[in-house]
Amino acid sequence: MLSLGSVGAKSTKPSFVSYVTPEEIKLEKEPPKIEKHPDLLPGEVEFCCANPILKYTQDDLSQRGIFGTLFCTNFRVTFISDEKSQEETTKTFKNKLYGENDIPLMCVDHIYGVYDEKKKLITGGLVKNKYPSKMIIHCKDLRVFQFCLTFTKEEDAKKIFQGIAHHCLEEKSLKCVFAFSYSGTPSPEMQRKRETILFDSPEDWTQEMKRTRANCRLVTENENFELSQRLPKYFVIPSALGDLFSYQGKGFPIWCWSHHSGCALFKASLPPVTQEDGDFQKHLDIMINAVAHNYLYSAKTEDLSESLPTIQDIQQSYNKFKQFFLIENSTDFWLSDVKWFSSLESSGWLDIIRQCLQKAVEVVECLEKDNTNVLITEEEGTDLCCVISSLVQIMLDPYYRTLMGFQSLVQKEWVAGCHAFLDRCNHLHQKDKECHSPIFLLFLECVWQLVQQHSPAFQFSETYLTVLSDSVDVPVFSTFLFNSAHHRESVMKAESPLAQSSPLSCPTVWDWSVQFDSKAQNFFFNPLYSEKVKHEKAVRKAHKPKHQRQLSLPSTAFKPPSKKGFFKDETDSLKKMLRVKRLSRWMGSPDSPAATTRGFYESWQQRPLDYHGLLLPCLDGPAVRVWMQRYLRWIPEVHIMGGGSVAVMTKLMELLSQVQDLKCVLEQRDSSQAVKLDHRPYIQHRLLSFGSSGRLSSSFPFAYSRNRSFKPIIPTGLMQSLMVSDSLASQEDEASSFVSLV
Amino acid sequence: MEKSGSVDSVESLCSSTTTRSDRSSGTRVSDTELRSKGRAIEKVLQCKYTSKGELPLLPEELVQDSAKDVTYICPFIGPVRGSLTVTNYRLFFRCTDREPVFGLDLPLGVLSRVEKIGAATSRGDVSYGLVCKDMRNLRFVHKEPEDSLKKSVFEVLMKFAFPVSNNMSLFAFEYKQVFPENGWRVYDPLAEYKRQGLAKESWRITKVNDHYELCDSYPAALVVPVTITDEELRRVSSFRAKGRIPVLSWIHPESQAAVVRASQPMVGQNGRRCKEDEKLLQAIMDANAQSHKMFIFDARPSVNAAANKMKGGGYESEDAYQNAELVFLDIHNIHVMRESLRKLKEVVYPKIEDSHWLSNLESTHWLEHIKLILAGALRIADKVESGKTSVVVHCSDGWDRTPQLTSLALIMLDSHYRTIRGFQILLEKEWLSFGHRFQQRVGHGDKNHTDADRSPIFLQFIDCVWQMTRQFPAAFEFNEYFLITILDQLYSCLFGTFLCNSEQQRLKEEVPKHTVSLWSFVNSQLEEFVNPLYVHYPSHVLFPTVGIRHLQLWVTYYIRWNPRMRPQEPVHQCYKELLAKRAELQKRVEELQREAANRTASSSSERAGSPTRSITPVQTYV
Repeated sequence: MLSLGSVGAKSTKPSFVSYVTPEEIKLEKEPPKIEKHPDLLPGEVEFCCANPILKYTQDDLSQRGIFGTLFCTNFRVTFISDEKSQEETTKTFKNKLYGENDIPLMCVDHIYGVYDEKKKLITGGLVKNKYPSKMIIHCKDLRVFQFCLTFTKEEDAKKIFQGIAHHCLEEKSLKCVFAFSYSGTPSPEMQRKRETILFDSPEDWTQEMKRTRANCRLVTENENFELSQRLPKYFVIPSALGDLFSYQGKGFPIWCWSHHSGCALFKASLPPVTQEDGDFQKHLDIMINAVAHNYLYSAKTEDLSESLPTIQDIQQSYNKFKQFFLIENSTDFWLSDVKWFSSLESSGWLDIIRQCLQKAVEVVECLEKDNTNVLITEEEGTDLCCVISSLVQIMLDPYYRTLMGFQSLVQKEWVAGCHAFLDRCNHLHQKDKECHSPIFLLFLECVWQLVQQHSPAFQFSETYLTVLSDSVDVPVFSTFLFNSAHHRESVMKAESPLAQSSPLSCPTVWDWSVQFDSKAQNFFFNPLYSEKVKHEKAVRKAHKPKHQRQLSLPSTAFKPPSKKGFFKDETDSLKKMLRVKRLSRWMGSPDSPAATTRGFYESWQQRPLDYHGLLLPCLDGPAVRVWMQRYLRWIPEVHIMGGGSVAVMTKLMELLSQVQDLKCVLEQRDSSQAVKLDHRPYIQHRLLSFGSSGRLSSSFPFAYSRNRSFKPIIPTGLMQSLMVSDSLASQEDEASSFVSLV
Repeated sequence: MEKSGSVDSVESLCSSTTTRSDRSSGTRVSDTELRSKGRAIEKVLQCKYTSKGELPLLPEELVQDSAKDVTYICPFIGPVRGSLTVTNYRLFFRCTDREPVFGLDLPLGVLSRVEKIGAATSRGDVSYGLVCKDMRNLRFVHKEPEDSLKKSVFEVLMKFAFPVSNNMSLFAFEYKQVFPENGWRVYDPLAEYKRQGLAKESWRITKVNDHYELCDSYPAALVVPVTITDEELRRVSSFRAKGRIPVLSWIHPESQAAVVRASQPMVGQNGRRCKEDEKLLQAIMDANAQSHKMFIFDARPSVNAAANKMKGGGYESEDAYQNAELVFLDIHNIHVMRESLRKLKEVVYPKIEDSHWLSNLESTHWLEHIKLILAGALRIADKVESGKTSVVVHCSDGWDRTPQLTSLALIMLDSHYRTIRGFQILLEKEWLSFGHRFQQRVGHGDKNHTDADRSPIFLQFIDCVWQMTRQFPAAFEFNEYFLITILDQLYSCLFGTFLCNSEQQRLKEEVPKHTVSLWSFVNSQLEEFVNPLYVHYPSHVLFPTVGIRHLQLWVTYYIRWNPRMRPQEPVHQCYKELLAKRAELQKRVEELQREAANRTASSSSERAGSPTRSITPVQTYV
């Protein structure tokens, strides 16, 4: 039996030959007495399995690993070790749906086969002929699995390989997604209700308008998707907008959020371009006028498809970017370490993140500083519009920086807002590459930048964001499965086991108890979140908006309407004005908006920091960073034993629990005085006890370090890294050897 | 002014560390540490401005010249008009007709170069460029003085910025602040070797270098194997470059594996050998019973090591040192490092090119050098800790790359060096007593800015330490501000600590007698430098990750002059608040308990002291 966790690269060249021949294995191993099977989820069905399969341990170059059985079910690919695993039980952060050796089918990104030492990407066509000696699976959550198929019987190997390739790569229908077979016991309804606002009812929208004091109109005419199937079931429009049916379901300015000054952010898909160009322009004007009417006749529009990368650019960039993290062995790692920064830059991913945040800051500036209404447009109005509008709301509205607020925001802008999750995430492995794009991930990336720059302003942690980004590819939740509200409704109704009765209910992703127990959910909360002091401040805050409103009246010539007819007279000049503004403000040279927002950022930076007020990201080169936790968590070479942010977090949580304990003691002692309890519902006394917090790896709570031996990782091939061709390199160290005196 | 309260002077001293171009947002200044500092500075500066522009001078600091109507060309906020004052210690620029008030306050020691840019213009303006050692350049413009006989303020500045070149003494020899603690007593070699647990039966402290006769760049106290006589050491010294023989630096408390430092052997082209040197290395190996092998780490790239043979140097041959394995660590020389930092400065100051930031950063190779140094130290620490083998570390002369490697390895191996005082001892020992040539590398008070002996070797080491503090945020007692303070005071020439090239020179110049030690200042206000996250794990070895993916540019040091790059409020602030809150609550609990105990003293006590049970003592430094 080969041992796991060995250290030390045997050869510098990767070789795919095992040290143990199949014959040896057979002699050594008795036929397995106990058939091992995965613990199936309710509704999960096993398709095929093969034994023995060698799963390589990622840690080193030597061809070592663990033997076990590989299964393919309708939910996942899973590997069950022949050895007893003790680790599983000790985990504090265990996903109840899938473990470290499970790959949900939807999570598989690419499969490579190694044929005669040559690595080939597996596509549908290759599958029939031949099975590879080694199968490499790249996952969307950036795990890499390597299985050796040569030890098992030929037909088993063929079967499992073809099974996995078929279920993971072939185009399939939505019905085959595991969510429609999953029959987990729904968690108590109560939990869902009290928290995340789903924006699936008129009340949710009315409530949201009330909260932001918006002066807009709720549209319920699309309840049965008569206006358009691409539009949300309920949505809010500027109250000045007239007849809805003339829009052909396109080009509605849809309300996103209202600033306390009264101005608001709207998003819209572009109206269909008809033969007559005039129609298009007329439509556009109506839209702008309606938006402008919302507050003080001011409006700015921005066509995101002109100023931001296309969804194809985004897809391409991400494809390049993620390759740097799908590391198969140590040699690859150290080789890629050398050109790390320039590789990152060449992918352009960080730059796309910067552009999105930059655009969001520009919009924030319009709302906050100029108090103008803003209309962002895009072909469909459900991709970059969602990214920008959500970011703007997070920067301006502290409610969206709470966990529940953030989840409600995702519901409002993305789920109810009809982002085409199914197409963009390519859950069904469609061949049409045009429509795939990691737009939602891009949004989470941008949020992560904000979180890492202003951590105390957010109630949720980066772990939460990482888990959320993983959950997109877990085919259990209804949240990310559909292309629009109409799509969701029609599919859910049709899929209901008892037609006519209540529609099928998959859990939403927000029901975190499906994946994690309450203890693990503690990791979602940022222990450093600076909660708002409720009472006194709330009173003070209430006055603030009015005050600001007066201070920040726009310097434009427009006066508030005195009578109804006023608007009509002014339309032409307004349009002119708007166009001039658009030209100067948005369509100028590409670096001019950056320059103006620079000033906006600097003036904000000079004000005292308020975590419950406006939040702006720093966008200078060194400030936009790689989301280390998400991208580096599975790479053993970069695990810091006993270090990383986890060291800080555990220390903090420890301290928090002590404070809480002390408070409890105080309360018991001194109940008459009724000390008010710090209202932190989640991080309570059930805090994690890390007896050995000094020895946790930086990748905690994700990857667990297998070898407790605590060995350092010594880089290989360092010299290739630095070829200083300079004459300096060969220069003698000491130019002068005599001692100089002071 | 000479007896100004020590607090005031301490604060004004600190103000040299932060640019005041970001004064307006004093409440949000960078790091927590800087933050609290910022407030203090604010106070000082405010009273400065209100009390008719009197400067808060340090003891013995004297105004030399001042000029009104000088324009400072700030790369971030544009030209600023104000007045410029030069003392024998610092340059002070302030502008009061601007809201927020703008000021610059920097010790003259950070200047590496002052020069007139271009000729006087038709308008009679003269422009001066100041190149600083701390990653910034300053530019001033002022009117040509009407009276051409009067010296320009910049000529005065030039005189006091480079006192050594002008046959004057550094300000450190004039500065006479008295601190409660004498920092010159921080390091006592004998006590330190005793702390390490030196085994008397295998190691001895020799007096052979008592008068620096054996090696003038080594300390007086040296630790060598007992089996080697002083006479043999003398012979070894002729075989090692600059007489820097292999001596003990650190010994593992359990395995007795030793970290030994030296300079290169003078092998030369003919492959010269030295019996005594071979015997010495054998004795070092024998002193550790755990292993029958030893590693010699040559910090240089093998090509350079081989090239040194031409000049009489070289490396240990396998024939001569049979049980030793030689490893090259591929770290480049001081010239490559200097060039790398120069490129880095170009990339970060004053403007950062956002879209090419990463490739520009890569092209400086700065982080790659950091990676190589850390990787080298990691390999040394691994051999000592995991392999239980003794190691010998050397480069060419053993005073640049060698202290980088040994001190980093020691920080990994010995948690004592991660405390504030332990770190001071480490610097005193590995860098100062073993003769890192600070005077040459930094060029204190010397106007010869093109001197090829200048190199940011020590800065690089501090950067490596900073990288480790990032990776192990709870393992170090000191915070980032401590490291920045050390670097700022390295250039300032206010303290005697980093003056001269060796222990011998410092004694000859009577530096400890005539100057104040940096540690006097630091240890008098330790709370500023404490990392609130620190947890003391006694025998905890740190193995950092050296992949470039985990290395970061030290933005808060290299780019601190850029107001946009000021970091946001870090974790430490909240943490300090929590600690304070906890301390407060704990106090209340105790009070109540006492009260309850008093009340129930007569009757039987109903509750045992259970509440305190759950409260495990955590080190509190606030």
